[in-house]
Amino acid sequence: MLEFSQQIINGLTLGSIYALIAIGYTMVYGIIGMINFAHGEIYMVSAYIGLLTVTALTVQFGVETVPLILLFTLVVSIAITSAYGWTIERVAYRPLRGKPRLIPLISAIGMSIFLQNYVQIGQGARDLSMQPLISGGWRFGPEDGFQVYLSYMQVLIAVVTVGFMTALTLFIARSRLGRACRACSQDLTMTNLLGIDTNRVISLTFVLGAALAAVAGVLISLYIGKINPFIGFEAGIKAFTAAVLGGIGSIPGAMLGGVILGLSESFASAYLLTEYKDVVAFSLLVLVLLFRPTGLLGTPEIEKV
Amino acid sequence: MKPMSRHLSEAALVALLAGLLTVPILGIQIQVEGINVSLEGEPWPVVLAMIAVFVARLLQIPLKAVSGLIHITHRLSLPTHLPKAYVLLLLALVIIAAAIWPFTASRGSVDIATLALIYVMLGLGLNVVVGFAGLLDLGYVAFYAVGAYGYALLSMHFGLSFWECLPLCVIMAATTGCLLGFPVLRLRGDYLAIVTLGFGEIIRLLLNNLDELTGGPDGIGNIPKPTLFGLEFARRPSIEDGTTFHEFFGLDYSGADTVIFLYLVALVMTLFILYVINRLIRMPVGRAWEALREDEIACRSLGLNPTTIKLSAFGFGASTAGFAGAFFAARQGFINPESFTFIESAIVLAIVVLGGMGSQIGVILAAIALTALPEIARQFAEYRMLIFGLVLVLMMIWRPQGLLPVTRPRLELPVRGEETS
Repeated sequence: MLEFSQQIINGLTLGSIYALIAIGYTMVYGIIGMINFAHGEIYMVSAYIGLLTVTALTVQFGVETVPLILLFTLVVSIAITSAYGWTIERVAYRPLRGKPRLIPLISAIGMSIFLQNYVQIGQGARDLSMQPLISGGWRFGPEDGFQVYLSYMQVLIAVVTVGFMTALTLFIARSRLGRACRACSQDLTMTNLLGIDTNRVISLTFVLGAALAAVAGVLISLYIGKINPFIGFEAGIKAFTAAVLGGIGSIPGAMLGGVILGLSESFASAYLLTEYKDVVAFSLLVLVLLFRPTGLLGTPEIEKV
Repeated sequence: MKPMSRHLSEAALVALLAGLLTVPILGIQIQVEGINVSLEGEPWPVVLAMIAVFVARLLQIPLKAVSGLIHITHRLSLPTHLPKAYVLLLLALVIIAAAIWPFTASRGSVDIATLALIYVMLGLGLNVVVGFAGLLDLGYVAFYAVGAYGYALLSMHFGLSFWECLPLCVIMAATTGCLLGFPVLRLRGDYLAIVTLGFGEIIRLLLNNLDELTGGPDGIGNIPKPTLFGLEFARRPSIEDGTTFHEFFGLDYSGADTVIFLYLVALVMTLFILYVINRLIRMPVGRAWEALREDEIACRSLGLNPTTIKLSAFGFGASTAGFAGAFFAARQGFINPESFTFIESAIVLAIVVLGGMGSQIGVILAAIALTALPEIARQFAEYRMLIFGLVLVLMMIWRPQGLLPVTRPRLELPVRGEETS
């Protein structure tokens, strides 16, 4: 039972990260119907920016207040990563609006390869690791038996994730721009006819997606403390799996999908073999697409002639 | 037309943005030594990136002005109706030249040419799936891996020769393709792409983790090379009372013989694939592939079964990859899961996209270019994949139909009101 709850804690932590990235996929898909293959790389870039900012603050400027470091790192990382999201949409996707589906997808694959190698050239291909910023945690359970460990970092991940999710949900539900987003995902042409600058809304979706990926990137670099230029590919595929699992195009679906994927991966590595946790994630993707392509909370898409 | 100052200020803004984006990645490097982490500033890459973006932005204006001219080159594509005898003569000349060439070229370049031929085979196979049938397969490398591991394992456990394994590998890869394709091909285009990508990763992870069967990350070594009717290409025969090539013909042993022989085998295999594909696309099944790509709903209403047609294209593509994979294993003599990563699938896809989807000559030339260029420009090896990614994006923006697109005979209904008398 104790080991089970430990896996739940680990799974929820991992799931929060996946959910944050998955929202970027699902929002873009919901509005322009394309798979933003480069989204995983955005997350990777943000992890580097996060690590860089933390190092700059602690080593270069000698700041020691942890909340201050955290806040500043999040702000810097979100700002620059959002700029990446905006630029990628502007350069690689906007000129392809309205082309057959495979064309933007291939462009996104090209962008993904480009970003991965760009970071590799800039920062080197090796693992970068850092001292944990926040260490320690609580232990539950018997003194001599299996103890459940809940680290402060895991709590922080959960709190930050819930905070950003709530903010996003409120933004989409209440604000003018959020309403424009919902309108665009229902009918892009009609929204345009009604006088809403859809290009701006599409840019906004990319910026929001990149911002949430930035949060995930900063959190993961603080949590695991080790990053390399190749983390984006795997995380991207897994977050996409989460988005599909929850029903692509649906924001609550992406959150749910992320948590389910995190949990199943954590259980797979505990009760099966650690090496097969990726196989579990990919198999889940294949199975969901085969048996319920609309996902758990998605609505079926009708193809018209 | 905007005034020049406007263009300049726009370009400056874009350059500033480029600066902001590149500073944290290219401008500041994280140095780790033991537990000490420090930062090191490197201004030059950022300045270079800003200048490059500034110039590129300004160049957009003259480029737009000449876009009319570019439009003319759009029409430049392969003529479809050359006299048949002419085509055959040209083809024969090319084949003879390709067969004689290795005897005059250096050993290194023949080796690279063999690698290029492997990519030609893969490109031709994927071209059937992506170019003709319009199914985006991002896990193509999985079938390549099935072929390679199939040959390696069959020869290791059952002592079968390359030529005995080749058809078996093709059957294995085709079976894998059909098994995967059957449930998956109902999915819409981009979902299909992601499922095949996931499948490719599953195969690679399995190869990495099934240690007893595949040797895990260490791979399988000592894979025998193909033989010429039982004649080995080695200094001494590996089995007792066997004969080697140079003994049989009374020649001196030379390592270059093996390289040339492998090249010729690859050439024959490539020509075989080319022949089969060219027969297939003229058969009803090939016509159906293209029809399905153009309009699935129209196909259905004409009584074609989309699943069967897609499955045939997918299975054929997979078997080609298996064919090439078996040869790859034989040529390398050693395989491990590192050779079958996603990036390999992406390279083959890029070959198809660059060549022009559906255009076989385009695919062949693109495969040769993509293997030969990195070898020629070795000093840029570090930037190879960077440029590669950029080229994919730019091609999609400027010339999504590829460098040498195919033109098909087509008829269009005249628009009402513009009928020619």
